Amino acid sequence: MQDELTQTSAPVTAPNLLPLYEESARIMTICNACRFCEGHCAVFPAMEQRLTFDRETVDYLANLCHQCGACYQHCQYADPHEFNVNVPRVFAEVRHSSYAHYAWPKGMAWAIRNAGRFTILTTLLATAFFLLGVTLSGDQSSEGVGFYAVISHNTMVTIFSFVGWLILLVWYFSIRSFWLTTALPGIFNIPLPVYRRAMVSILTLKNLDGGHGHGCYQQGEVASQLRRVFHQMTMYGFLFCFVATSLGTIYHYGLSAPAPYDWLTAPKFFGVTGGVSLLVGCAGLWWCRRSTEQAIETEDGGLGNSLIGLLFFTSLTGLALPLLKGTEYLAIILCLHLGFVLALFLNFAWGKFMHSIYRCVALLASEYEKLRQ
Amino acid sequence: MKGDFDVIVIGAGHAGLTAAICAAESGASVCVLEVSPKNVRGGNSKHTRNLRPMHESALHPLEGSYGFDEYMDDLLRVTDGETNQALATLTLEASANSVPWLKDHGVAFQPPLGGTLHLGRTNAFFLGGGKAVMNALFQCADKLNITVVYEALDIQLDVDNGVFRRVDYSHQGNTEHLTAASLVVAAGGFEANLEWLAEAWGDAALNFLVRGTPYNRGDILRQLLAADAVQIGDARQCHAVAIDGRAPQFDGGICSRIDCVPLGIVVNNQAERFYDEGEDFWPKRYAIWGRLVAAQPDQVAYSIIDSQSAGLFMPTVFPPVEAPSLRELAEKLGLPQESLSTTVDTFNHSIVEADFNHQILDGCHTQGLAIAKTHWARKLDKPPFRAYMLRPGITFTYLGVEVDANARVKFNDSTCTSNIFAAGEIMAGNVLGQGYLAGIGMTIGSVFGRIAGREAARHAR
Ligand SMILES: Cc1cc2nc3c(=O)[nH]c(=O)nc-3n(C[C@H](O)[C@H](O)[C@H](O)COP(=O)(O)OP(=O)(O)OC[C@H]3O[C@@H](n4cnc5c(N)ncnc54)[C@H](O)[C@@H]3O)c2cc1C
Ligand code: SF4
Ligand code: SF4
Repeated sequence: MQDELTQTSAPVTAPNLLPLYEESARIMTICNACRFCEGHCAVFPAMEQRLTFDRETVDYLANLCHQCGACYQHCQYADPHEFNVNVPRVFAEVRHSSYAHYAWPKGMAWAIRNAGRFTILTTLLATAFFLLGVTLSGDQSSEGVGFYAVISHNTMVTIFSFVGWLILLVWYFSIRSFWLTTALPGIFNIPLPVYRRAMVSILTLKNLDGGHGHGCYQQGEVASQLRRVFHQMTMYGFLFCFVATSLGTIYHYGLSAPAPYDWLTAPKFFGVTGGVSLLVGCAGLWWCRRSTEQAIETEDGGLGNSLIGLLFFTSLTGLALPLLKGTEYLAIILCLHLGFVLALFLNFAWGKFMHSIYRCVALLASEYEKLRQ
Repeated sequence: MKGDFDVIVIGAGHAGLTAAICAAESGASVCVLEVSPKNVRGGNSKHTRNLRPMHESALHPLEGSYGFDEYMDDLLRVTDGETNQALATLTLEASANSVPWLKDHGVAFQPPLGGTLHLGRTNAFFLGGGKAVMNALFQCADKLNITVVYEALDIQLDVDNGVFRRVDYSHQGNTEHLTAASLVVAAGGFEANLEWLAEAWGDAALNFLVRGTPYNRGDILRQLLAADAVQIGDARQCHAVAIDGRAPQFDGGICSRIDCVPLGIVVNNQAERFYDEGEDFWPKRYAIWGRLVAAQPDQVAYSIIDSQSAGLFMPTVFPPVEAPSLRELAEKLGLPQESLSTTVDTFNHSIVEADFNHQILDGCHTQGLAIAKTHWARKLDKPPFRAYMLRPGITFTYLGVEVDANARVKFNDSTCTSNIFAAGEIMAGNVLGQGYLAGIGMTIGSVFGRIAGREAARHAR
């Protein structure tokens, strides 16, 4: 009799031996009976809606987790307790595996599993491609001004719009397959307040505030806002740069005012503030990652650092360009810049960048569930 | 300073740290001696989720009011009058400051946890639970330069005529001695000391599971009683609930609870029912089931439900034992098959049909049974059948030392003013002589922690 009973208890007390999704279900079952961390983030209220934790549910919950570390620091069942509960670590692993799982086409999962290598390879190839292009096209065209003197505007547009369309295609399929695992209906059937609330969570990074507003516990027992601040500097920096590029396009085609722009024009303003914000944000995030509490850290094959690195160096080389105008370094730095941008674009489709998209979908789903309750 | 420190505190739980922080804030130099290693610190306090503050008006996160009279009525009801009225009054009144005090010391609160809405007006829930509280208090202690010694083993108090002289303990293999002007004892109860419990409960106690820390063995309490401190309460009084029999021996905490008892039947290992499972709502009854199970052969029982009850109770940490028929269930559980079938048949045949509603005291009851089920009685006939093994899980003990309104420990025949103060579970019996009121444990620790810290510092001056 005892044997029978201890056997059924095995899933709860055999830590570290289980495959990822069984380990996640084991931990979620403990959390669901405990619920102490309910106030920390969106994961626990979503968990409480459920009694069983299959693969889809775990993927959803894991992508909802921002790895703030609060539930680990405050867990009465954390190591050395025999239950060995560690939500952020196991969910980080699930997220990595889910990025690969929902990748499209399936074959590109390897790019996510080997993110560090993929990034180095794509950056090198892309830079080489531009350098080669510039060298082969012989003496620099004299039609363009500024960077377009090195590579013509049309060439850039052709290359990047091709990659842009490719990304949209990849996003469509990846988002679709993740979307279908959640409780979400079609995008037009989601009530507006759901979008609004999810948007607030995204814009304020609500889930890194610990539930009390003092920040996250990635570095240990004491709550800190640093990671939240650095993440938002990165995010807003990125969005500013995106705005700058869009404005540039409008200026170029709509107003027939091609780059380069003056310091006081809107594209330049957004570009420069965004770029500087990215530099600080990325450097900060890199530091945060380095000082993350070991216990909640996982080996991600360079996944996280590849996005931070690409954003940082894209921004750095981008900011350097106007300063190098007219110097002999312009061509090489421009090629390097474009190499980073192209590799970054590929990261949008098959890299850590996807975390932001799955995270948004998960936040949307959690707000939708809350409203339906 | 009259010694190595102004104040020495024994036990780094919620009560001990509250005392240490208050003493340090009153200007005293403080040393805390804790037997456990750092990575499992926090005593039973780390397993708690709320406290019960008196509030005449809304007190975030609590809505409405929970005034003195209502609180006192509740206390008198659960303790059946087994309380020191003066200390109880003091506790309830001072509890109004517990939430603000904790907030000032870095603790955050939240609305009631899922499944505990009935406590939404009376109990303030800690955001992140008791370990978050303890982490915040340890951070305060650090900022106040309080010395915390972990793994302070084998503490021996030198107490003479009710006066604390010095403490000896061993630390990392060395014997250490410390002196201080005053001593605060906050070393919890003795619930982890099953041998001591066995003195009162007999061998049945050896089958108890301990819901909290393995370190609360009552060594300090024993020494104080041996030094002629006045005892309060008796060893048979304890808070024990029926929990999942597969929970770990120690530190299983909250998640080993089983909430489905009122939905089905509970049998002992003879497959016989022994108590009305539907007497009242589970939160009002779970605390008597520890004793009920403790009184059964081998201190074990089985809560049996059928598929109709799925999803009607809080999820459990361990999966139930499940079988398509009662026979097979009996076999899996090791219960006598005939006996279980008879018990369930008799039960099923005695049910007076009514509208089942687990959220109210419904009219579903049995008729003609020696042991009735007075609410939520439904036929157990929809397979699969599921069962959870229950064992008594002891939460804490009530036997302690008697204190006065300054948290000062009373000694028999002492001619001196004692410099020993007590806070938390070690003295909770002064207020809570028997029974239980959710959140009262931490409330007593909070109130007497603050008093003991303040008075110990004052005494040292
Ligand atoms: C699972 C569980 C849930 C609970 N939930 C609640 C709740 O929600 N609300 C509530 O009000 N109460 C709750 N309680 C009761 C509550 O835990 C106690 O009332 C409260 O923690 C007592 O605080 P304390 O500081 O006196 O004891 P503890 O927190 O247990 O601290 C005692 C400390 O003393 C140390 N110690 C013991 N012996 C020695 C020694 N010889 N030398 C040195 N150090 C020693 C221990 O290691 C420990 O750190 C719960 C209890 C349990 C077990
Ligand atoms: S992380 Fe730990 S404390 Fe938090 S809900 Fe899960 S089991 Fe409970
Ligand atoms: S690590 Fe933070 S975000 Fe993730 S589940 Fe825990 S509390 Fe939530």
